[in-house]
Amino acid sequence: MQVCDCRILENLRIEKDFFRMTISAPQIAERSEAGQFLHLRCNDSQRILRRPFSIHRVIRDRIQILYRVVGSGSLEFSEKKKEETVDVLGPLGTGFKIPEDIKKIIIIAGGMGVAPLLMLADKIKSIRTIKRQSVTVLIGAKTKEEILCEKEFQKLGFKVHVATDNGSKGHKGLVTDLLKSLLCTPYSVPCTAVYACGPKPMLLGTAEICLSHKVPTQVSMEERMACGIGVCYGCSVSTIDGYKLVCKDGPVFDAQEIIWD
Amino acid sequence: MRKNTLNPIPCTPHLSVNIAGIKLDNPVMCASGTFNFAEEYSEIIDIKKLGAIVTKTITLEPRQGNPPSRVCETASGMLNCIGLQNPGVEEFIKTKLPFLRKCKVPVIVSIAGETTEEYCRLVQILSKEKGISAFEVNISCPNVRSKIRNMMFSQDSKATFEVVHQIKKFSKIPVIVKLSPNVTSISVIAIAAEMAGADALALINTPIGMAVDAKKKTPILSMITGGLSGPCIKPIALRMVWETFNCVKIPIIGIGGIMDWKDAIEFILCGAKAVEVGTANFVDPNVMPNIVEGIKNYMHENKIKDLKEIVGKLKINK
Repeated sequence: MQVCDCRILENLRIEKDFFRMTISAPQIAERSEAGQFLHLRCNDSQRILRRPFSIHRVIRDRIQILYRVVGSGSLEFSEKKKEETVDVLGPLGTGFKIPEDIKKIIIIAGGMGVAPLLMLADKIKSIRTIKRQSVTVLIGAKTKEEILCEKEFQKLGFKVHVATDNGSKGHKGLVTDLLKSLLCTPYSVPCTAVYACGPKPMLLGTAEICLSHKVPTQVSMEERMACGIGVCYGCSVSTIDGYKLVCKDGPVFDAQEIIWD
Repeated sequence: MRKNTLNPIPCTPHLSVNIAGIKLDNPVMCASGTFNFAEEYSEIIDIKKLGAIVTKTITLEPRQGNPPSRVCETASGMLNCIGLQNPGVEEFIKTKLPFLRKCKVPVIVSIAGETTEEYCRLVQILSKEKGISAFEVNISCPNVRSKIRNMMFSQDSKATFEVVHQIKKFSKIPVIVKLSPNVTSISVIAIAAEMAGADALALINTPIGMAVDAKKKTPILSMITGGLSGPCIKPIALRMVWETFNCVKIPIIGIGGIMDWKDAIEFILCGAKAVEVGTANFVDPNVMPNIVEGIKNYMHENKIKDLKEIVGKLKINK
């Protein structure tokens, strides 16, 4: 974990209000793991808190974040130009774990939830014991335009299925419908792991389906956050062992330890 | 407010201060609850550069804190309703104090209770431990209430007097009393604490505030209200430090929205002998070492040899 000014190499609008920023951050990149996040400082004195962003991808000494403009903070970052710098604290948090005996993997993303999952996919691809055809990626969003990273996952050699709320692409309905049907087909559950990131209702849906099929599931959670390093106890989440912190104990948790309310 | 890396000046001015018998190398310390027990930030900054460490508030029993959401940003500030989540005094002694002792910086332990007895018990237990320089008595957390009056001790002068008076009977080390801004008159409370034997005062704790989600028509914080911190509270804090400085003789530690060395100097001019930096740590982990350097440069430029020369020396034109 360190804090430094990083040079912006690219800050690209990829679709509507979705952006991808690439920064040069050799020391942070070296230590980053899939599922961890960066805490970016705003320049406006009205916005004092840093903004957390999942690490989307690490390409050698570069780090990418994928984000959507949802408020004044993300708007500020979207207006940053190439060669400007951004104050970065990271890498932070506890990321995804890939147990050694895992043979099959389902990655399930809702909306912006794809952000940390592409780095996870890169990691999975590098594991020799996991065959590419045993990895399935399920992506859900409101509309076709909001389906992100489909090609990137395909390029890694993984099967990708899509669901949209309005049916403009793929299955019309929830991404968890795809998960349900996938697990209901003669799918050999042993040695399977599910990795999920997305809005809370989607994570809850995923957790319930996976519990009924007894599939171990890791979910990446979100909560309002201040320090990002576990000192302020702001970003608590209810678990069977009491409150845990999204910024330090998470953002990735075992789905079965979360108390969903 | 960008990070400004300032070069140390060869002719070093005298930054050390003495707060009720505790010698600090410089007047800059962390505010309770924004630094946990120093372990996390020690990965990023050199803790030895701080004047002192003020721990997260400790209670007799472990506290799990309030449900989420516990924090949210507001214009130039933030709200929190953490609810004093902490491992309890026993666990603190076992797992947190050993690391703090190794930091080679005075350790000030923040304590809170729901009754006077709880405060006294905490002081008795912690007094057996080595490596604690002072207590900061938190009688002003906006997210917990005393069992007796259903309000903060620091909102009532009699309650303030009583709790400080009892604690002083048991404490062998200096007692710093942390005051709330959520009062009609800060002077009345400050005088009560001084009369009860407080060795120093720390102010302000957070003013109570609230944030609303217009779209959902709900409060943002789980507890509806929370403590406001950050640069937006600095004017309130400066006023209260100045007012307190004019009515008590014991040293004052200024707290409230300090983001840089200029803010720290403002508090010192208003009468603070030292300062605590809170929310700014979340913005920039290097903020406290930078403030120390900034104060040093200010003193050099203004030919101030000892910080004492400017404590409370606000120029009032009349």
